[in-house]
Amino acid sequence: MYAFDFVKAASVEEAVSALASGEAQALGGGQTLIPTLKARLADPGTLISLAHIDSLKFVRAGDGMVEIGGGTTHATVAAETAQTYPGLADLAGRIGDPSVRNRGTIGGSLANNDPSACYPAAALGSGATIVTNSREIAADDFFEGMFATSLEEGEIVTAVKFPIPEKSHYEKMAQPASRFPLVAVFVAKFADGVRVAVTGASNDGVFRWAEAEKALSADFSVAAVQELKHSDDDMIADLHGTAAYRAHLIGVMTRRAVAQMV
Amino acid sequence: MAQGSLIGQSLPRVEDDRLLDGAGCYIDDVALPGMMHMAILRSSDAHGRITALDCSAARLVPGVIDVFTAEDWPQDMPVIPMRLIPLESSVPFLQRPLAQGKVRYVGEPVAVVVARDRRTAEDALEFLELEIEALPPVVTRDQALAATGDALMVPEVGTNISAQYQIGRGDIEDAFARADVTLKKTFQSHRHTAVPLETRGTIAVFDIAAGKLTIHGASKVTFFNRAELAKAFNLRNDQVDLITSDIGGGFGVRGELYPEYYLAAEASRRTGRPVKWIEDRREHFAATNHSRDVDCELEIAALKDGTILGMRGQVRADMGAYIRTNGNVVPAKAGQFLPGPYRVPAFACEVLALVTNKTPVGTYRGPGRIEANFFRERMLDCLADELGMDPAALRMKNLLGAAEMPFDTGDLLPNAQKVVFDSGDYPATFRKLLDECDWDAPAQVHSDGRLHAMGLACFNESSGGGLYENARISVAASGQITVSTGSSSMGQGVETAIRQICADALSMAPERITVALSSTTLLSDGVGSFHSRSTVMAGSAVGQAAAELLDQARGEAGRRLNAAPAELDYSDGVFRVMGQSDRSIRLSDLSAMLSDQGGLDVESRYEQAPLGFSFGAHAAHVAIDPGTGDIEVLDYWVVEDVGRVLNPALVEGQTIGGVVQGLGDALYGELVYDDMGQLLTASFADYLLPTSTEVPDIRAVATGDYPSPHNPYGFKGAGEGGIVAVAAAVGNAIARAIGPAGDAICQTPFHPEKILTLLHAAKKGKQ
Repeated sequence: MYAFDFVKAASVEEAVSALASGEAQALGGGQTLIPTLKARLADPGTLISLAHIDSLKFVRAGDGMVEIGGGTTHATVAAETAQTYPGLADLAGRIGDPSVRNRGTIGGSLANNDPSACYPAAALGSGATIVTNSREIAADDFFEGMFATSLEEGEIVTAVKFPIPEKSHYEKMAQPASRFPLVAVFVAKFADGVRVAVTGASNDGVFRWAEAEKALSADFSVAAVQELKHSDDDMIADLHGTAAYRAHLIGVMTRRAVAQMV
Repeated sequence: MAQGSLIGQSLPRVEDDRLLDGAGCYIDDVALPGMMHMAILRSSDAHGRITALDCSAARLVPGVIDVFTAEDWPQDMPVIPMRLIPLESSVPFLQRPLAQGKVRYVGEPVAVVVARDRRTAEDALEFLELEIEALPPVVTRDQALAATGDALMVPEVGTNISAQYQIGRGDIEDAFARADVTLKKTFQSHRHTAVPLETRGTIAVFDIAAGKLTIHGASKVTFFNRAELAKAFNLRNDQVDLITSDIGGGFGVRGELYPEYYLAAEASRRTGRPVKWIEDRREHFAATNHSRDVDCELEIAALKDGTILGMRGQVRADMGAYIRTNGNVVPAKAGQFLPGPYRVPAFACEVLALVTNKTPVGTYRGPGRIEANFFRERMLDCLADELGMDPAALRMKNLLGAAEMPFDTGDLLPNAQKVVFDSGDYPATFRKLLDECDWDAPAQVHSDGRLHAMGLACFNESSGGGLYENARISVAASGQITVSTGSSSMGQGVETAIRQICADALSMAPERITVALSSTTLLSDGVGSFHSRSTVMAGSAVGQAAAELLDQARGEAGRRLNAAPAELDYSDGVFRVMGQSDRSIRLSDLSAMLSDQGGLDVESRYEQAPLGFSFGAHAAHVAIDPGTGDIEVLDYWVVEDVGRVLNPALVEGQTIGGVVQGLGDALYGELVYDDMGQLLTASFADYLLPTSTEVPDIRAVATGDYPSPHNPYGFKGAGEGGIVAVAAAVGNAIARAIGPAGDAICQTPFHPEKILTLLHAAKKGKQ
């Protein structure tokens, strides 16, 4: 780990202003950033901790929406959305292990946009809105490829607004030990259509599987997606699985998610 | 309390209170006044010539007090020797503490920075300017065999074969000529290693004025390491102390004589300061011994009724870039254990050790056995399929029975050491496993959409060894007894075992015994902890030392009580004249009376007898998800006859821990290199370990039916039986679960994608 200065921000405003100085990096729950720092793969001059900003920690439900503060931990989301949005609660409750779930935050996960993270699938699959200190961004416009988002320098995710679907399910082929998805699919059925978001599979990060959405919107059944195959173009190929395997798993996970919902 | 009454009791682990309360003292808990910290520049290239190494900028980093390279070593750099199965042909491939002229694996130490803290030392590493001219990397066995010119590890030797020899017994040509059935397959056991929770570490204190070198954080084989470090730094043995501390797991990889011990000692010699080095996890993956990485072409000959006539093959081990202290143990044991616990009248095997541009290989829990058991037991299931036989019946037919013991295995080792299976009734013990796992019950139909099957594997396993072990017992005037052995704690519970044996031998409450293990200051000599030897060897040494101590005390007590020694009764630390309970004397009082001679204090050396062989069998129940290939191990059984059982709870813990470790190795952990010799798995994101949620229900049964005739207690080792057949049993279960496609299950690890590919290929074949 390289040496850095540490700022404990007390408010969003303070954090934003501290981030404006060069080489500063926001720190949420640190579940990605701290291991990166320990491996000397990042060298921020200053870390701005968001962990003590109380206004970022909340879960509110109403008007067919769940709104979650950016600093809310996965464990809190799992506990507090169990009644209002069980599909989201289930996803949050299966991220990593208890220590990850009690430190990691939804804002940190979305801002990092790891191509194998769970939350991006929920946000994109729900058609969520990402709220920052300066604007609101539709999930469809937020994710811009592996570890890339439309966030500007110094912009902080303050909340995420999830429209609550009629039904939803997150099906994950989890890596042993890390519980990162090898491939996972979030299926959400709304009155006006079905959204299918895939994580862990693509070199472009989380994405919507348009063909499956179309088929399921017309006929919400396993049969509707039985023969659908996703192309293996631009799928992630690494030690844990080839592109072809990941493409295959997209189909399997989608069918299993739907099977849980019908 | 009568002698013998504590043997067989599940005494709780004496070390647990300390370790679980956070009161343990690990090497990183030790801080010495004036201590500096060392960081090591390691090669990031697999193979190359060092063309430049400029340390001047690093020396100027504030807080850095020293930087050194191979060039700065005062004399010829010491060669790190082979401790086990040393073969002449391996000698040119021994490692020195720092790379000299060439680097041969990613992670090889090239330079050392000593600084006031670890962070400064690591910062300064980035100011070292190392230039390497790339040489062709050798990363596979086939490349090693084909290597010429610049691809040779040591060009003067002319080959990358570091050892090659033949072993065997019986008439192999005749066996294959008479066979009804022969099968030939190629197997592979992948490269992986032990991943102890606590990485390696040491503090070296070189006091030049006093002529004393102290190494903290030692373990496993402290006396051997002391002698070698003494040689390397021109000291006598008595000028070097190796001090052990608590240890967060050993598993064979900790405590060997690694380059870093020499580097810390040299850093301390140069700077006059204590120097600490704690390995980080990334270093651990590249610098600590790797293990396994053996392939095998195997052929079996049998009669139609399943009688095995012979086995022949070739074992090829990828040793990495250098031959380290474990010498040729991995390939030698992979060859030796190939015929396993079966009759196999004819056997012939060529053993090859090959050097490549990867991290050197050493021993890891069950070295060579894991590999051999996987190869042979998979082959037996394939043979059973070929013959249409039940795999259990095939094994039962060929296992060695009680009437065949002792069984001479023939010439299976390169150093002509004779190996004889001492005792056991292998079919009887195997029967117990079959009953435990209900093998003969009709197959259950599972309705969860997955493919279910059970797999079996048998093994036998040597234990003890290592020539001798020392134990010392001393009695304080307070009555407290201190016992020390050359065997050290690796976290395996040896403190409990030693205390139990000592308390039993002195017929005393265990609470009165303090155990202090393996620091070279505690005994005159000793050997260490490996090869499931601590209870067998150190335990026997403790029993022997206790008998000698009581003998000496009895004579002294007779003199003091005015009675013939034979008239004295002894129990609970007190000698009494028979029939006169008022005429008695305590051990502690005797020790106090003898204080001018050092009190009652006995060190005894127990000499090795032939090895004892345990026998055991594993069964695994797996379920395969046909959509993803995902593998779940649902149930696991181990039955092992470990000779006389000292402490059933300790044995059960050893076995369950071994199974869990074996499952991680068979299913998850793999050290992967790319074509350039870069290690791709240097963190827990890529090197996966099992967590509690991956652990199935494990039933571990230790029987004590067949004591070893070769040590006074009848013990056999129990440290490795849990791990050595996991890959074999799980592999067999997976193969049976996926039907004919399972014939191709010949390599570890078993990954979901591989299983799915086999299932898909089989489906296509059918269409």
